[in-house]
Amino acid sequence: MIWNPNKECMSRDEMTALQSARLVKLVDYVYHNVEFYRNKMQNLGLLPGDIKSVEDITKLPFTTKDDLRDNYPFGLFAVPKTQIVRVHASSGTTGKATVVGYTRRDLSIWSECVARCLTMAGVTKEDIIQVAYGYGLFTGGLGAHGGAEEIGAMVVPMSTGNSKKLTTMMIDFGVTAIACTPSYLLHISELLTEEGSLDKLKLRTAVCGAEPWTDKMRKEIETRLNITAHDIYGLSEVMGPGVACDCSYHKGLHVCEDHFYPEIINSATMTPSKAGETGELVFTTLTKEGLPLIRYRTKDLTSIDYSVCQCGRTSARISKFKGRVDDMLIIRGVNVFPSQVEAALVDVKEVTPHYMMIVDRVNNLDTLEIQVEINNEYFTDEIKGLEKLTQKISHVINQALGLNAKIKIVEPQTLVRSEGKAVHVIDKRKLY
Amino acid sequence: MFAKQLSVFIENRQGRLCEVLGVLKENNINILSLSLADTTEYGLLRLIVNNPSYAKEKLTESGFSTMLTDVFVIKIEHKAGSLQQLLDKLSDAGINVEYMYGLSIDGEKAYVVLKASDGELAKAVFKKENVITLTSEEISKI
Repeated sequence: MIWNPNKECMSRDEMTALQSARLVKLVDYVYHNVEFYRNKMQNLGLLPGDIKSVEDITKLPFTTKDDLRDNYPFGLFAVPKTQIVRVHASSGTTGKATVVGYTRRDLSIWSECVARCLTMAGVTKEDIIQVAYGYGLFTGGLGAHGGAEEIGAMVVPMSTGNSKKLTTMMIDFGVTAIACTPSYLLHISELLTEEGSLDKLKLRTAVCGAEPWTDKMRKEIETRLNITAHDIYGLSEVMGPGVACDCSYHKGLHVCEDHFYPEIINSATMTPSKAGETGELVFTTLTKEGLPLIRYRTKDLTSIDYSVCQCGRTSARISKFKGRVDDMLIIRGVNVFPSQVEAALVDVKEVTPHYMMIVDRVNNLDTLEIQVEINNEYFTDEIKGLEKLTQKISHVINQALGLNAKIKIVEPQTLVRSEGKAVHVIDKRKLY
Repeated sequence: MFAKQLSVFIENRQGRLCEVLGVLKENNINILSLSLADTTEYGLLRLIVNNPSYAKEKLTESGFSTMLTDVFVIKIEHKAGSLQQLLDKLSDAGINVEYMYGLSIDGEKAYVVLKASDGELAKAVFKKENVITLTSEEISKI
Protein backbone atom coordinates (compact mmCIF):
# COMPACT_ATOMS: atom_id res chain seq x y z
CA MET A 1 0.00 0.00 0.00
CA ILE A 2 1.12 3.51 -0.84
CA TRP A 3 -0.66 6.38 0.92
CA ASN A 4 -0.13 9.05 -1.74
CA PRO A 5 1.07 7.46 -5.01
CA ASN A 6 0.79 10.82 -6.81
CA LYS A 7 3.60 12.23 -4.72
CA GLU A 8 5.48 9.12 -3.62
CA CYS A 9 5.78 7.64 -7.11
CA MET A 10 6.36 10.78 -9.19
CA SER A 11 9.00 10.59 -11.90
CA ARG A 12 12.28 12.21 -10.87
CA ASP A 13 11.76 15.01 -13.39
CA GLU A 14 8.32 15.82 -12.06
CA MET A 15 9.63 15.75 -8.50
CA THR A 16 12.49 18.12 -9.32
CA ALA A 17 10.06 20.47 -11.08
CA LEU A 18 7.72 20.42 -8.06
CA GLN A 19 10.59 20.96 -5.61
CA SER A 20 11.95 23.81 -7.72
CA ALA A 21 8.61 25.57 -7.89
CA ARG A 22 8.17 25.19 -4.14
CA LEU A 23 11.70 26.33 -3.38
CA VAL A 24 11.27 29.51 -5.43
CA LYS A 25 8.10 30.24 -3.50
CA LEU A 26 9.73 29.42 -0.17
CA VAL A 27 12.71 31.71 -0.74
CA ASP A 28 10.41 34.57 -1.62
CA TYR A 29 8.32 33.76 1.48
CA VAL A 30 11.19 33.72 3.98
CA TYR A 31 12.80 36.80 2.42
CA HIS A 32 9.67 38.78 3.08
CA ASN A 33 8.63 37.22 6.38
CA VAL A 34 11.76 36.24 8.33
CA GLU A 35 14.22 39.01 9.12
CA PHE A 36 16.95 36.46 9.88
CA TYR A 37 16.84 35.06 6.33
CA ARG A 38 16.43 38.46 4.71
CA ASN A 39 19.59 39.66 6.47
CA LYS A 40 21.50 36.49 5.59
CA MET A 41 20.52 36.75 1.93
CA GLN A 42 21.29 40.44 1.77
CA ASN A 43 24.71 39.79 3.27
CA LEU A 44 25.33 37.29 0.48
CA GLY A 45 23.98 39.73 -2.09
CA LEU A 46 21.13 37.36 -2.89
CA LEU A 47 17.67 38.33 -4.04
CA PRO A 48 14.72 35.91 -4.06
CA GLY A 49 14.74 36.02 -7.87
CA ASP A 50 18.25 34.54 -7.95
CA ILE A 51 16.86 31.16 -6.93
CA LYS A 52 15.20 29.65 -9.97
CA SER A 53 15.37 25.92 -9.27
CA VAL A 54 16.69 23.40 -6.74
CA GLU A 55 20.03 23.59 -8.55
CA ASP A 56 20.42 27.07 -7.12
CA ILE A 57 19.96 25.87 -3.56
CA THR A 58 23.72 25.83 -2.91
CA LYS A 59 23.67 29.62 -3.19
CA LEU A 60 21.51 29.78 -0.08
CA PRO A 61 22.87 30.03 3.46
CA PHE A 62 22.69 27.22 6.00
CA THR A 63 20.64 27.23 9.19
CA THR A 64 21.82 25.58 12.42
CA LYS A 65 20.40 24.73 15.80
CA ASP A 66 22.40 27.67 17.18
CA ASP A 67 20.45 30.00 14.90
CA LEU A 68 17.24 28.72 16.52
CA ARG A 69 18.75 29.29 19.95
CA ASP A 70 19.89 32.81 19.08
CA ASN A 71 16.37 33.64 17.96
CA TYR A 72 14.67 31.94 20.91
CA PRO A 73 11.80 31.48 21.25
CA PHE A 74 9.83 32.68 18.21
CA GLY A 75 12.36 34.77 16.25
CA LEU A 76 12.41 32.55 13.17
CA PHE A 77 8.64 32.14 12.88
CA ALA A 78 7.37 33.42 9.54
CA VAL A 79 3.81 34.10 10.65
CA PRO A 80 2.25 36.16 13.44
CA LYS A 81 1.70 34.20 16.65
CA THR A 82 -2.05 34.25 16.04
CA GLN A 83 -1.55 31.84 13.13
CA ILE A 84 0.50 29.37 15.17
CA VAL A 85 -1.75 26.65 16.57
CA ARG A 86 0.87 24.56 18.34
CA VAL A 87 4.45 24.63 19.53
CA HIS A 88 6.81 21.80 20.39
CA ALA A 89 10.27 22.00 21.91
CA SER A 90 13.41 19.89 21.93
CA SER A 91 16.76 20.09 23.68
CA GLY A 92 18.96 23.02 22.85
CA THR A 93 22.72 22.77 23.10
CA THR A 94 22.66 24.71 26.37
CA GLY A 95 19.98 25.85 28.78
CA LYS A 96 17.38 27.09 26.31
CA ALA A 97 15.11 24.70 24.42
CA THR A 98 14.69 24.74 20.66
CA VAL A 99 11.13 25.88 20.01
CA VAL A 100 9.22 25.04 16.85
CA GLY A 101 5.80 26.33 15.76
CA TYR A 102 3.13 24.98 13.43
CA THR A 103 0.25 26.57 11.56
CA ARG A 104 -2.94 24.57 11.01
CA ARG A 105 -1.73 23.73 7.49
CA ASP A 106 1.67 22.61 8.86
CA LEU A 107 -0.07 20.16 11.17
CA SER A 108 -2.14 18.80 8.32
CA ILE A 109 0.97 18.27 6.16
CA TRP A 110 2.73 16.65 9.13
CA SER A 111 -0.15 14.18 9.54
CA GLU A 112 0.00 13.45 5.80
CA CYS A 113 3.72 12.66 6.04
CA VAL A 114 3.29 10.43 9.08
CA ALA A 115 0.38 8.70 7.31
CA ARG A 116 2.70 7.91 4.39
CA CYS A 117 5.25 6.47 6.81
CA LEU A 118 2.75 4.37 8.74
CA THR A 119 1.42 3.06 5.44
CA MET A 120 4.97 2.01 4.49
CA ALA A 121 4.90 -0.03 7.68
CA GLY A 122 1.63 -1.61 6.60
CA VAL A 123 -0.65 0.28 8.98
CA THR A 124 -4.22 0.75 7.68
CA LYS A 125 -7.53 1.96 9.08
CA GLU A 126 -8.17 -1.62 10.20
CA ASP A 127 -5.36 -1.38 12.74
CA ILE A 128 -5.34 -0.64 16.45
CA ILE A 129 -2.16 1.31 17.13
CA GLN A 130 -0.54 2.18 20.44
CA VAL A 131 1.46 5.38 20.34
CA ALA A 132 4.07 4.95 23.04
CA TYR A 133 6.17 8.04 22.43
CA GLY A 134 5.94 10.80 25.01
CA TYR A 135 3.04 13.18 24.47
CA GLY A 136 3.90 16.76 25.23
CA LEU A 137 6.60 19.12 24.09
CA PHE A 138 8.37 16.20 22.40
CA THR A 139 7.10 15.80 18.81
CA GLY A 140 7.01 11.99 18.95
CA GLY A 141 3.68 11.39 20.65
CA LEU A 142 1.43 13.96 19.02
CA GLY A 143 3.22 13.60 15.67
CA ALA A 144 2.66 9.85 15.38
CA HIS A 145 -0.83 10.31 16.79
CA GLY A 146 -1.83 12.78 14.04
CA GLY A 147 -0.66 10.44 11.28
CA ALA A 148 -2.42 7.42 12.76
CA GLU A 149 -5.68 9.37 13.00
CA GLU A 150 -5.19 10.59 9.42
CA ILE A 151 -5.11 6.96 8.31
CA GLY A 152 -8.20 6.26 10.40
CA ALA A 153 -6.63 3.60 12.60
CA MET A 154 -7.87 3.19 16.18
CA VAL A 155 -5.31 5.13 18.17
CA VAL A 156 -4.41 4.26 21.77
CA PRO A 157 -2.43 7.25 23.09
CA MET A 158 -0.30 5.38 25.65
CA SER A 159 2.48 7.93 25.93
CA THR A 160 5.40 6.66 28.04
CA GLY A 161 5.90 5.58 31.61
CA ASN A 162 3.64 2.62 32.25
CA SER A 163 4.90 -0.53 30.56
CA LYS A 164 2.62 -2.85 32.51
CA LYS A 165 -0.49 -1.00 31.38
CA LEU A 166 0.88 -1.00 27.84
CA THR A 167 1.33 -4.78 27.67
CA THR A 168 -2.04 -5.40 29.33
CA MET A 169 -3.87 -3.18 26.83
CA MET A 170 -1.80 -4.59 23.98
CA ILE A 171 -3.22 -8.04 24.72
CA ASP A 172 -6.73 -7.01 25.88
CA PHE A 173 -7.38 -4.62 22.97
CA GLY A 174 -5.76 -6.86 20.37
CA VAL A 175 -3.32 -4.12 19.40
CA THR A 176 -1.87 -4.72 15.92
CA ALA A 177 0.62 -1.85 15.56
CA ILE A 178 2.85 0.20 17.81
CA ALA A 179 4.90 3.39 17.51
CA CYS A 180 7.73 3.77 20.03
CA THR A 181 11.51 3.82 20.29
CA PRO A 182 13.18 0.57 19.19
CA SER A 183 14.92 0.04 22.53
CA TYR A 184 11.60 0.41 24.33
CA LEU A 185 9.99 -2.14 22.01
CA LEU A 186 12.74 -4.63 22.88
CA HIS A 187 12.03 -3.94 26.52
CA ILE A 188 8.31 -4.54 25.90
CA SER A 189 9.12 -7.83 24.16
CA GLU A 190 10.94 -8.95 27.31
CA LEU A 191 7.97 -8.02 29.47
CA LEU A 192 5.62 -9.93 27.18
CA THR A 193 7.91 -12.96 27.35
CA GLU A 194 8.01 -12.77 31.15
CA GLU A 195 4.23 -12.47 31.32
CA GLY A 196 3.92 -15.46 29.01
CA SER A 197 1.54 -13.52 26.76
CA LEU A 198 3.46 -13.73 23.47
CA ASP A 199 1.04 -16.32 22.06
CA LYS A 200 -1.92 -13.98 22.64
CA LEU A 201 -0.17 -11.14 20.82
CA LYS A 202 -1.96 -9.67 17.76
CA LEU A 203 0.84 -7.21 17.02
CA ARG A 204 2.09 -7.35 13.43
CA THR A 205 4.00 -4.14 12.77
CA ALA A 206 6.01 -1.48 14.56
CA VAL A 207 7.13 1.99 13.58
CA CYS A 208 10.22 2.80 15.61
CA GLY A 209 12.20 5.98 15.74
CA ALA A 210 13.56 8.87 17.80
CA GLU A 211 16.90 7.09 18.21
CA PRO A 212 19.39 5.39 15.91
CA TRP A 213 19.26 1.61 15.64
CA THR A 214 20.90 -1.05 13.55
CA ASP A 215 19.53 -3.61 11.11
CA LYS A 216 20.62 -6.27 13.56
CA MET A 217 18.40 -4.74 16.21
CA ARG A 218 15.50 -4.61 13.76
CA LYS A 219 15.85 -8.31 13.01
CA GLU A 220 15.98 -9.08 16.71
CA ILE A 221 12.73 -7.18 17.31
CA GLU A 222 11.11 -8.85 14.31
CA THR A 223 12.11 -12.35 15.43
CA ARG A 224 11.21 -11.91 19.08
CA LEU A 225 7.74 -10.53 18.40
CA ASN A 226 7.12 -12.11 14.99
CA ILE A 227 6.31 -8.71 13.45
CA THR A 228 7.81 -6.34 10.90
CA ALA A 229 9.60 -3.27 12.25
CA HIS A 230 10.19 -0.02 10.40
CA ASP A 231 12.50 2.90 10.98
CA ILE A 232 10.80 6.30 11.07
CA TYR A 233 12.94 9.42 11.08
CA GLY A 234 12.36 13.04 11.79
CA LEU A 235 13.48 15.97 13.82
CA SER A 236 11.40 18.65 15.40
CA GLU A 237 13.16 21.53 13.66
CA VAL A 238 12.19 20.11 10.27
CA MET A 239 8.76 18.81 11.39
CA GLY A 240 8.95 15.85 13.75
CA PRO A 241 8.63 12.13 13.02
CA GLY A 242 7.48 11.47 9.48
CA VAL A 243 10.26 13.12 7.50
CA ALA A 244 11.31 9.66 6.26
CA CYS A 245 10.57 5.96 6.85
CA ASP A 246 11.63 2.61 5.42
CA CYS A 247 9.28 0.37 3.47
CA SER A 248 9.07 -3.42 3.68
CA TYR A 249 12.27 -3.75 1.59
CA HIS A 250 14.33 -1.92 4.23
CA LYS A 251 16.66 -0.41 1.64
CA GLY A 252 16.90 3.02 3.18
CA LEU A 253 14.30 5.50 4.42
CA HIS A 254 11.99 7.15 1.86
CA VAL A 255 12.03 10.91 2.34
CA CYS A 256 8.79 12.91 1.96
CA GLU A 257 10.70 14.84 -0.63
CA ASP A 258 7.90 17.04 -1.88
CA HIS A 259 7.93 18.66 1.59
CA PHE A 260 11.52 18.25 2.75
CA TYR A 261 14.31 18.74 0.25
CA PRO A 262 17.35 16.66 1.26
CA GLU A 263 21.00 17.38 0.50
CA ILE A 264 24.19 15.71 1.65
CA ILE A 265 27.13 17.98 2.39
CA ASN A 266 30.70 17.59 3.50
CA SER A 267 30.62 19.29 6.90
CA ALA A 268 34.27 20.24 6.71
CA THR A 269 34.11 22.07 3.40
CA MET A 270 30.36 22.83 3.50
CA THR A 271 30.11 21.76 -0.12
CA PRO A 272 27.71 19.19 -1.63
CA SER A 273 28.91 15.60 -1.42
CA LYS A 274 29.10 13.45 -4.55
CA ALA A 275 26.14 11.21 -5.36
CA GLY A 276 25.98 8.27 -2.96
CA GLU A 277 28.71 9.65 -0.70
CA THR A 278 28.20 9.79 3.06
CA GLY A 279 27.96 13.22 4.60
CA GLU A 280 25.79 15.47 6.71
CA LEU A 281 22.09 15.48 5.96
CA VAL A 282 20.62 18.94 5.29
CA PHE A 283 16.92 19.71 4.87
CA THR A 284 15.01 22.59 3.37
CA THR A 285 11.34 22.64 4.36
CA LEU A 286 9.55 23.28 1.08
CA THR A 287 6.03 23.85 2.34
CA LYS A 288 6.22 24.86 5.99
CA GLU A 289 4.54 28.11 7.01
CA GLY A 290 5.19 28.47 10.73
CA LEU A 291 8.91 27.79 10.91
CA PRO A 292 10.30 27.44 7.39
CA LEU A 293 13.97 26.46 7.38
CA ILE A 294 16.49 26.86 4.60
CA ARG A 295 19.24 24.24 4.46
CA TYR A 296 18.94 23.14 8.07
CA ARG A 297 21.97 21.12 9.17
CA THR A 298 20.72 17.97 10.92
CA LYS A 299 24.25 16.86 11.96
CA ASP A 300 23.19 13.32 11.08
CA LEU A 301 25.53 11.38 8.80
CA THR A 302 23.98 9.43 5.93
CA SER A 303 23.93 9.06 2.14
CA ILE A 304 21.14 9.36 -0.44
CA ASP A 305 20.01 6.83 -3.04
CA TYR A 306 17.79 8.18 -5.86
CA SER A 307 17.10 4.87 -7.61
CA VAL A 308 13.54 3.53 -7.80
CA CYS A 309 12.74 1.24 -4.88
CA GLN A 310 11.32 -2.26 -5.34
CA CYS A 311 8.20 -1.04 -3.54
CA GLY A 312 7.48 1.29 -6.46
CA ARG A 313 8.24 4.55 -4.68
CA THR A 314 10.54 6.92 -6.50
CA SER A 315 11.34 9.09 -3.51
CA ALA A 316 14.94 9.57 -2.42
CA ARG A 317 16.09 7.13 0.24
CA ILE A 318 18.51 7.98 3.00
CA SER A 319 20.61 5.14 4.37
CA LYS A 320 20.49 4.13 8.01
CA PHE A 321 22.43 6.72 9.99
CA LYS A 322 26.15 6.34 10.32
CA GLY A 323 26.74 8.71 13.20
CA ARG A 324 26.62 12.35 14.15
CA VAL A 325 28.71 15.35 13.19
CA ASP A 326 28.40 16.84 16.67
CA ASP A 327 28.43 15.28 20.13
CA MET A 328 24.67 14.98 20.55
CA LEU A 329 23.51 11.79 22.24
CA ILE A 330 20.07 10.26 22.06
CA ILE A 331 19.21 8.69 25.38
CA ARG A 332 15.82 7.04 25.77
CA GLY A 333 14.71 9.03 22.75
CA VAL A 334 15.75 12.32 24.34
CA ASN A 335 18.37 14.48 22.63
CA VAL A 336 21.18 15.28 25.03
CA PHE A 337 24.19 17.54 24.55
CA PRO A 338 27.13 17.23 26.95
CA SER A 339 27.18 21.03 27.03
CA GLN A 340 23.78 20.92 28.78
CA VAL A 341 25.30 18.86 31.58
CA GLU A 342 28.23 21.24 31.79
CA ALA A 343 25.94 24.26 32.01
CA ALA A 344 23.83 22.60 34.71
CA LEU A 345 26.82 21.62 36.85
CA VAL A 346 28.24 25.14 36.84
CA ASP A 347 25.43 26.10 39.20
CA VAL A 348 26.29 23.38 41.71
CA LYS A 349 29.06 24.83 43.85
CA GLU A 350 29.72 21.57 45.69
CA VAL A 351 31.24 19.92 42.62
CA THR A 352 34.08 20.78 40.24
CA PRO A 353 33.24 21.55 36.59
CA HIS A 354 34.73 18.22 35.50
CA TYR A 355 32.31 15.45 34.61
CA MET A 356 32.01 12.22 32.69
CA MET A 357 28.83 10.84 31.15
CA ILE A 358 28.58 7.08 30.83
CA VAL A 359 25.81 5.87 28.55
CA ASP A 360 24.93 2.22 28.39
CA ARG A 361 22.03 -0.04 27.54
CA VAL A 362 20.89 -2.43 30.27
CA ASN A 363 17.98 -4.77 29.49
CA ASN A 364 17.40 -2.72 26.34
CA LEU A 365 16.88 0.49 28.25
CA ASP A 366 19.36 3.31 28.05
CA THR A 367 21.12 4.28 31.24
CA LEU A 368 22.99 7.47 31.97
CA GLU A 369 25.51 7.84 34.75
CA ILE A 370 27.15 11.17 35.41
CA GLN A 371 30.34 11.14 37.41
CA VAL A 372 31.25 14.29 39.27
CA GLU A 373 34.10 15.28 41.50
CA ILE A 374 33.28 16.80 44.82
CA ASN A 375 34.75 20.21 45.52
CA ASN A 376 37.08 19.74 48.51
CA GLU A 377 35.70 22.78 50.28
CA TYR A 378 32.27 21.20 50.39
CA PHE A 379 33.29 17.70 51.29
CA THR A 380 31.25 16.27 54.12
CA ASP A 381 31.96 13.14 56.08
CA GLU A 382 28.31 12.33 56.55
CA ILE A 383 26.65 9.91 54.18
CA LYS A 384 23.36 11.74 54.41
CA GLY A 385 25.16 14.91 53.35
CA LEU A 386 26.64 13.18 50.31
CA GLU A 387 23.31 11.59 49.49
CA LYS A 388 21.61 14.96 49.71
CA LEU A 389 24.22 16.29 47.31
CA THR A 390 23.68 13.50 44.76
CA GLN A 391 19.94 14.12 44.99
CA LYS A 392 20.46 17.82 44.41
CA ILE A 393 22.64 17.17 41.35
CA SER A 394 20.21 14.57 40.09
CA HIS A 395 17.41 17.15 40.31
CA VAL A 396 19.44 19.81 38.51
CA ILE A 397 20.32 17.33 35.73
CA ASN A 398 16.73 16.19 35.43
CA GLN A 399 15.60 19.80 35.05
CA ALA A 400 18.23 20.42 32.39
CA LEU A 401 17.92 17.23 30.35
CA GLY A 402 14.40 16.01 31.08
CA LEU A 403 16.01 12.69 31.89
CA ASN A 404 16.91 10.84 35.06
CA ALA A 405 20.59 10.23 35.53
CA LYS A 406 22.43 8.29 38.15
CA ILE A 407 24.90 10.59 39.86
CA LYS A 408 28.15 9.11 41.04
CA ILE A 409 30.57 11.07 43.17
CA VAL A 410 34.16 10.16 42.43
CA GLU A 411 37.44 11.04 44.12
CA PRO A 412 39.10 14.37 43.29
CA GLN A 413 41.37 14.58 40.26
CA THR A 414 40.12 11.31 38.79
CA LEU A 415 38.14 12.73 35.88
CA VAL A 416 39.91 13.65 32.66
CA ARG A 417 40.99 17.30 32.49
CA SER A 418 40.35 19.28 29.31
CA GLU A 419 43.40 19.45 27.17
CA GLY A 420 41.97 20.80 24.00
CA LYS A 421 38.82 18.79 23.37
CA ALA A 422 38.10 16.77 26.48
CA VAL A 423 36.23 13.51 26.27
CA HIS A 424 33.13 13.85 28.40
CA VAL A 425 31.20 10.87 27.12
CA ILE A 426 31.67 7.13 27.12
CA ASP A 427 28.90 5.56 25.06
CA LYS A 428 28.94 1.80 25.43
CA ARG A 429 25.92 1.22 23.21
CA LYS A 430 26.32 -0.03 19.64
CA LEU A 431 23.96 2.25 17.76
CA TYR A 432 25.50 2.66 14.32
CA MET B 1 36.80 18.55 74.93
CA PHE B 2 36.54 17.63 71.25
CA ALA B 3 38.82 15.24 69.46
CA LYS B 4 39.66 15.50 65.78
CA GLN B 5 38.45 12.73 63.57
CA LEU B 6 39.94 12.34 60.12
CA SER B 7 37.48 11.38 57.37
CA VAL B 8 38.50 10.14 53.94
CA PHE B 9 36.29 9.69 50.88
CA ILE B 10 37.02 6.42 49.10
CA GLU B 11 35.49 5.15 45.88
CA ASN B 12 34.51 1.51 45.91
CA ARG B 13 37.50 0.44 43.87
CA GLN B 14 39.84 -2.40 44.53
CA GLY B 15 42.86 -1.41 46.58
CA ARG B 16 41.73 2.10 47.46
CA LEU B 17 41.54 1.43 51.21
CA CYS B 18 45.00 -0.09 51.07
CA GLU B 19 46.34 3.05 49.41
CA VAL B 20 45.01 5.20 52.26
CA LEU B 21 46.57 2.88 54.80
CA GLY B 22 49.81 2.93 52.82
CA VAL B 23 50.06 6.73 53.03
CA LEU B 24 49.47 6.54 56.80
CA LYS B 25 52.11 3.86 57.22
CA GLU B 26 54.73 5.77 55.20
CA ASN B 27 54.23 8.77 57.43
CA ASN B 28 54.29 6.74 60.59
CA ILE B 29 50.74 7.59 61.58
CA ASN B 30 49.14 5.19 64.01
CA ILE B 31 45.43 4.36 63.80
CA LEU B 32 43.67 4.13 67.14
CA SER B 33 40.24 3.40 65.77
CA LEU B 34 38.41 3.37 62.52
CA SER B 35 34.99 2.95 61.07
CA LEU B 36 34.08 2.43 57.45
CA ALA B 37 30.64 3.53 56.34
CA ASP B 38 29.77 2.20 52.92
CA THR B 39 27.21 2.81 50.22
CA THR B 40 27.04 1.05 46.86
CA GLU B 41 29.20 3.70 45.25
CA TYR B 42 31.66 4.90 47.82
CA GLY B 43 32.82 4.59 51.38
CA LEU B 44 33.65 7.04 54.13
CA LEU B 45 36.59 6.06 56.22
CA ARG B 46 36.57 7.70 59.64
CA LEU B 47 39.77 7.52 61.61
CA ILE B 48 41.09 8.41 65.02
CA VAL B 49 44.84 8.74 64.57
CA ASN B 50 47.70 9.96 66.71
CA ASN B 51 48.38 13.00 64.53
CA PRO B 52 45.22 14.01 62.67
CA SER B 53 46.36 17.32 61.09
CA TYR B 54 49.55 15.80 59.75
CA ALA B 55 47.63 12.76 58.46
CA LYS B 56 45.15 15.03 56.70
CA GLU B 57 47.96 16.98 55.08
CA LYS B 58 49.62 13.83 53.78
CA LEU B 59 46.42 12.27 52.47
CA THR B 60 45.36 15.50 50.75
CA GLU B 61 48.79 15.62 49.08
CA SER B 62 48.09 12.13 47.78
CA GLY B 63 44.85 13.34 46.19
CA PHE B 64 42.24 12.20 48.69
CA SER B 65 39.20 14.19 49.79
CA THR B 66 39.64 14.51 53.52
CA MET B 67 38.29 16.53 56.37
CA LEU B 68 38.70 16.91 60.11
CA THR B 69 35.57 16.72 62.19
CA ASP B 70 35.01 17.49 65.85
CA VAL B 71 33.84 14.36 67.61
CA PHE B 72 33.69 13.22 71.20
CA VAL B 73 35.82 10.39 72.46
CA ILE B 74 34.06 9.43 75.63
CA LYS B 75 35.33 7.29 78.45
CA ILE B 76 32.66 5.03 79.87
CA GLU B 77 32.50 2.12 82.30
CA HIS B 78 33.11 -1.20 80.62
CA LYS B 79 29.89 -2.72 81.85
CA ALA B 80 26.32 -3.38 80.74
CA GLY B 81 24.11 -0.33 80.47
CA SER B 82 26.77 2.36 80.61
CA LEU B 83 26.43 3.36 76.98
CA GLN B 84 22.68 3.42 77.26
CA GLN B 85 22.95 5.73 80.25
CA LEU B 86 25.15 8.11 78.30
CA LEU B 87 22.84 8.20 75.30
CA ASP B 88 19.87 8.81 77.54
CA LYS B 89 21.44 12.06 78.65
CA LEU B 90 21.92 13.17 75.05
CA SER B 91 18.44 12.14 74.10
CA ASP B 92 16.98 14.09 77.03
CA ALA B 93 18.81 17.18 75.82
CA GLY B 94 17.41 16.69 72.31
CA ILE B 95 20.73 15.74 70.76
CA ASN B 96 21.00 13.11 68.02
CA VAL B 97 23.91 10.78 67.43
CA GLU B 98 25.05 11.21 63.83
CA TYR B 99 27.29 8.17 64.02
CA MET B 100 29.26 6.26 66.62
CA TYR B 101 31.92 3.58 66.87
CA GLY B 102 34.13 1.99 69.51
CA LEU B 103 37.72 2.74 70.40
CA SER B 104 40.04 0.34 72.19
CA ILE B 105 39.30 -1.05 75.60
CA ASP B 106 41.45 0.09 78.49
CA GLY B 107 41.03 -2.35 81.39
CA GLU B 108 37.89 -1.37 83.26
CA LYS B 109 37.09 1.41 80.80
CA ALA B 110 35.87 1.56 77.24
CA TYR B 111 35.82 4.42 74.78
CA VAL B 112 33.23 5.34 72.20
CA VAL B 113 33.65 7.83 69.40
CA LEU B 114 30.51 9.83 68.86
CA LYS B 115 29.42 12.62 66.53
CA ALA B 116 26.61 14.69 68.04
CA SER B 117 24.05 16.61 66.01
CA ASP B 118 24.75 19.62 68.21
CA GLY B 119 28.35 19.58 69.44
CA GLU B 120 28.19 22.65 71.70
CA LEU B 121 25.04 21.48 73.41
CA ALA B 122 26.52 18.01 73.89
CA LYS B 123 29.62 19.61 75.40
CA ALA B 124 27.47 21.38 77.99
CA VAL B 125 25.63 18.16 78.78
CA PHE B 126 28.88 16.24 79.27
CA LYS B 127 30.31 18.96 81.51
CA LYS B 128 27.23 19.00 83.66
CA GLU B 129 27.12 15.21 83.93
CA ASN B 130 30.88 14.88 84.53
CA VAL B 131 31.33 12.66 81.51
CA ILE B 132 35.01 12.14 80.70
CA THR B 133 35.94 13.03 77.13
CA LEU B 134 39.38 12.87 75.58
CA THR B 135 41.12 15.38 73.35
CA SER B 136 43.33 14.43 70.41
CA GLU B 137 46.46 14.96 72.55
CA GLU B 138 45.15 12.69 75.28
CA ILE B 139 44.16 10.04 72.73
CA SER B 140 47.63 9.99 71.24
CA LYS B 141 48.96 9.01 74.63
CA ILE B 142 46.68 5.98 75.03
